[in-house]
Amino acid sequence: MSWLSHIFGEKKATASVAKERLQLIIARERVGLSGPDFLPDLQKDLVAVISKYVKINPEDIKVGLEKQGNFEVIEVNIVLPEMR
Amino acid sequence: MATIITITSGKGGVGKTTTSASIASGLALRGFKTAVIDFDVGLRNLDLIMGCERRVVYDFVNVIQGDANLHQALIKDKNTDNLFVLPASQTRDKDALTEEGVEKILKELEHQGFDYIVCDSPAGIEHGAVMALTFADEAIVVTNPEVSSVRDSDRILGIIQSKSRRAIEGREPVKEHLLVTRYSPKRAHEGEMLTYTDIQELLRIPLLGVIPESEAVLHASNQGVPAIHQKDTPVADAYLDAIGRFLGETHPLRFVDHEKPGLLKRLFGGK
Repeated sequence: MSWLSHIFGEKKATASVAKERLQLIIARERVGLSGPDFLPDLQKDLVAVISKYVKINPEDIKVGLEKQGNFEVIEVNIVLPEMR
Repeated sequence: MATIITITSGKGGVGKTTTSASIASGLALRGFKTAVIDFDVGLRNLDLIMGCERRVVYDFVNVIQGDANLHQALIKDKNTDNLFVLPASQTRDKDALTEEGVEKILKELEHQGFDYIVCDSPAGIEHGAVMALTFADEAIVVTNPEVSSVRDSDRILGIIQSKSRRAIEGREPVKEHLLVTRYSPKRAHEGEMLTYTDIQELLRIPLLGVIPESEAVLHASNQGVPAIHQKDTPVADAYLDAIGRFLGETHPLRFVDHEKPGLLKRLFGGK
């Protein structure tokens, strides 16, 4: 159908992509500016706590910040080692 | 009491000076004694937009350094009563704007009975931009519906919230307003451009107005007459509405919805 959209000049609706990207970057930059960035420390503490119970590599825990609507969400991803 | 309004954006070329000229003119048209100050030392342009470039003798830095008094440097606007322009220096560097110097001049304007002092900020987040927002009571953040402008606006909001006197002294925070400029209802409607509600959602500050993209702005700057004087154009009306809202009136948003042109208009063009 690409030739059809070519003839009728269909335009790409890219504004939603712009909005999504801005939501993420603005949330991240606000945290960075509004105080010390605590994510690395949080990650270190989480590694320490979880290591007490499960043997994991420090890289197996990922901490990130996401924005969903009006909420900022801290996302923690822990990959447990494969069971033998 | 004079109210200090800073027109700022972070990003350049979004319409700060156009907005400063029109907001200052609009306030003066309402009868308020208004001064508009160019903080862009080294790259002054407010004088051109206001059409007073040939009448500049002394500037902001001359007054700060005591080479001239405020009365000598203030240029009376030719289009609007109650309006005065204080041009930036074209030859000095930005460090000539000292915090004490700026504060002294703002105080003096207040003593002279000015109701509003409009500070036209330079782009960026350097010294000149910080000086322009340090003493703000209210800030109008000028934003284009475009990713870099929105991000920079958020950045400058953070700076207002940390570096303004009101923030440092723990007083009531600077009152922030969002002004979306260069808006194309058609492109927003078609999903090509961020809508003004998208921008407001991202920046989370009250919307003062939406100024449509228009040829009238270039005509205005060509002639050195602020866009608010371009009678019966959407741009002028949108600025007049924004002034009304700034003063606490309620005006519905205009020029933000896309109307599909009729068949005849599509066939025969026309604007």
